[in-house]
Amino acid sequence: MMGSVIFTNLPALLVVVPLLLAPISALFTFAGLGWAIAIVGTGASFIFALLLQSVTENGARISYHLGNWEPPWGIEFVVDSASSLTLVVMSGLGFLATLAARQLVKNEIAEKDIGKFYAAWLLVSGGLFGLVMTADAFNLFVFLEISALASVILIGMGAGTDRRALIAGYHYLVIGAVGATFYVIGVGFIYAMTGSLNMVDIANRIPDASGSAAIYVGFGFMVAGILVKAAIFPVHIWLPAAYSYAPSAVSTLLASIATKAALYVLARILFTVFSGMPEVVTIALSNVIVPLAVGGVFVGTIMAIYEADVKKLFAHSSVAQIGYIALGLGLGTPASVSAAFIHIGNHALIKGGIFMAIGGFVAALGARASLDSLIGIGRRLPLTATAFVICGLSLAGLPLTAGFISKLYLVRAILETESYVILSLVLISSALSVVYLWKIMEVMWMQPAPARLPKLVENPAIYLPIWIVALGNIWFGIDANWLVSASQMAAQILFDLSSGGGA
Amino acid sequence: MMSLQIAMLIGLLAPLMVAVLTPFLAVRHVWRDAAGPVGGVITFIAAVEVALAVLDGETPRLFVAQIAEGLAIEFAVTPLGAIFGLVASGLWILAALYSVGYMRGNHEKHQTRFAAFYAVAVHAAMAVAWSGNLLVLFIFYEILTFSTYPLVTHKESAVARNAGRLYMSILVGTSVILLLPAVVWVWFNTGTLDFRPGGYLEGQIDPTMVPILLGLFAFGVGKAALMPIHRWLPAAMVAPTPVSALLHAVAVVKAGVFTILTVVVYVFGIDFLAKTGASQWLIWLTAFTILASSVVAISKDDIKARLAYSTISQLSYIVLGAALASQMAVQGAALHIVMHAAGKITLFFCAGAIYVQAHLTKVSDLDGQGREMPWVFAAFFVGALSIIGIPPLGGSWSKFMLMVGAADAGYIAILVVLGLSSLLNVFYLLEPLSRAFFREKIKSVEVKRHPLVVIPPVMTALISVALFFYNETFLDLAILASGGR
Repeated sequence: MMGSVIFTNLPALLVVVPLLLAPISALFTFAGLGWAIAIVGTGASFIFALLLQSVTENGARISYHLGNWEPPWGIEFVVDSASSLTLVVMSGLGFLATLAARQLVKNEIAEKDIGKFYAAWLLVSGGLFGLVMTADAFNLFVFLEISALASVILIGMGAGTDRRALIAGYHYLVIGAVGATFYVIGVGFIYAMTGSLNMVDIANRIPDASGSAAIYVGFGFMVAGILVKAAIFPVHIWLPAAYSYAPSAVSTLLASIATKAALYVLARILFTVFSGMPEVVTIALSNVIVPLAVGGVFVGTIMAIYEADVKKLFAHSSVAQIGYIALGLGLGTPASVSAAFIHIGNHALIKGGIFMAIGGFVAALGARASLDSLIGIGRRLPLTATAFVICGLSLAGLPLTAGFISKLYLVRAILETESYVILSLVLISSALSVVYLWKIMEVMWMQPAPARLPKLVENPAIYLPIWIVALGNIWFGIDANWLVSASQMAAQILFDLSSGGGA
Repeated sequence: MMSLQIAMLIGLLAPLMVAVLTPFLAVRHVWRDAAGPVGGVITFIAAVEVALAVLDGETPRLFVAQIAEGLAIEFAVTPLGAIFGLVASGLWILAALYSVGYMRGNHEKHQTRFAAFYAVAVHAAMAVAWSGNLLVLFIFYEILTFSTYPLVTHKESAVARNAGRLYMSILVGTSVILLLPAVVWVWFNTGTLDFRPGGYLEGQIDPTMVPILLGLFAFGVGKAALMPIHRWLPAAMVAPTPVSALLHAVAVVKAGVFTILTVVVYVFGIDFLAKTGASQWLIWLTAFTILASSVVAISKDDIKARLAYSTISQLSYIVLGAALASQMAVQGAALHIVMHAAGKITLFFCAGAIYVQAHLTKVSDLDGQGREMPWVFAAFFVGALSIIGIPPLGGSWSKFMLMVGAADAGYIAILVVLGLSSLLNVFYLLEPLSRAFFREKIKSVEVKRHPLVVIPPVMTALISVALFFYNETFLDLAILASGGR
């Protein structure tokens, strides 16, 4: 009986368990306990997400009514092939990031704050899971705020090692609030015109109200708000500082899961909520999303080439990678959207591993990771550095790594749309990404370490999680069957909902 | 059948095992240094086994993994692949011996790392040779690039690092920007990436796009060193000579022309290519590369740089054979992979032997040194004659067949180009010899004897002679590859 109760309430549990564990963690100042609670919370979410994925992977759709209120009046959680895939990626990487966090936070966060740190950590996770599942446009705003405020706390906690974290957190707070406000203004317009907050319900009612300028304005505000949250160029400006001054563990968490949730929401808004006005969405895709995506790809890559601070370098690279995902969404074909989903999964693996490894360098060196401080690190921390190289090659899209699979499917999707200019831009930028990676590789492996440096010891609690992610990058480069078919199903579901009006 | 798969596994894994074991064997330098030649013999035996099966009309296959729908990691040996596999593994035996002599005689540092990456590169070359589809070919093409990078930059000097950057940026850049989309294009248009006799693009692609797709392949495969993307090859000469000899005269560059030849024969199909005339531009570009790089070679005083430009010219012979798209031309091109490999590796071995024994690197320094190193210069003479294409040396056959192929396809001007190229070859390859034997000595150097760098070039020179008389295996494979009987 117990089992079936848990099973039918899985969508709620996925949000409730982390959110409830958060205050418990905040009560304790004993570091080990806070971490243990976070492990339980994120581990349980991962299991819940896997269960949900196994139920929905062949196209099934779970609709969960919070408090048994029927939609469209009550709040509805929807788990289908698209959201469950995103949830698995996010919760899986979230769990691995928590595993690594134990050692990474040691030098960066004061012992007495650790309980609160993990409380915020769990709030971010739970909030993002809710963001992905909710089918209520206003409830989405609530989850957006929960996760954003908790992220600001996490970023600000980097102030223990670098005061610039406070400014970075403040920037994120302000810019994020602008984004969220835009979103909620948009929701207001839509609610006024359709009288509904339920996404599928909105989608069904829009054809009656379309032609009204208010709908278009609402659409514009909602999309613009989410673009900020997803860190799409040119409203990505909060991201580089936030990722690079946050504590290492937080960079790992944010880089692998935060923007992924926002990108997923973007997909849902474009393809589900506004499926009733396809011509407007098409215009937005081809005239706004695609150019911005390509712009982000280039700006991110070029900024990364000229950046010397390694965390910031990879933050810029994240902007470029988000650009690839947004491009997949923007091209708007089933093949391109599934390519976007493939890259959501692979990029989480890549960046999660890279930021974990940088955290490992920082923990061992006790200094910021810059091109100077990493000289010769390959010989001083060989295990961490090798795992870093694997994730880096995956980022560059080298064959037999996860990144290659992403590139293969994205290139194929672009070829299918015959947008040869975009194709050449994407290929050139992907070749340029090798430049900044190579810059780091040369520093790490080819330049001899300055003489008489203290010997560094590698901590298994740091390098084991990194290696799990690194091997994941190889595994998903050789056996991509699951990810590819799940992504294709996800894209198909999004389009079925948009053409069939949902159910 | 089962034993054939084991032979393939051995051929692919033996070099990898050498690479993995090298750091552990390094406790005794003798063990470490023996690993290469022993691995070479094992790999070569496997390659012979596989090639014999191919001659019997079989296609040895080895399935490894299914990446996703329509994307498999699978090896399947085509006749062309059998040829390349034989060449790469056979010459590895001698190159491994040679590299022991060279690295020791030269007191190079990091010999263990060198030996390990050397073996990884051979592994990648074998995997390219036996790849069962374009995806696998692309994968190991890239691995070959990355595994040779530490070899190119082996000296760890600023010059080496700059050369390494040029090497990587051209090879990786072209493969990512041009080759990858070409591969995906084929996949998208036909739904498959397999190699099939006769090709399969006919009817699957807009004929006006064929020259563009061919261009993506021709320039995407930077390893074939077509002008104007040839600069990485002279730059790579900063590497120790065993690398230039096996990798940048045989494994890496031949992986490039092998890729182009394979794509033309098994993806485009030579009949389709000949019918559409899509490769005409490539014929003229290769003709230009053949002549222009020969002219540049004359101007180079550094022996290795001269040989590098000679390689660029000779690689274009093979691409020319593919572009001519006639059966005879393709056979000539396939055979030229073998003949040029034997000849050019001899020349590089000699250049390295001269460096190790007498520390000379320039052609102009060779004046009067002939008598000091008679065996080395004798081997150089034989290798040079083979490259020029003079009987009774192997190189004459492939050049002859390419000429017949050009005539078959109706390109008389190409005959002139090939003839002119031979003349230029005579000039820049025999000049070092005439200086060594017919001029007064200007530099007196102390020649240290290192037999391990002299025996391999003599052996490969003998192989070049033998290939004139005993080349049936390769010829039969080449005929199979071209679809002839």
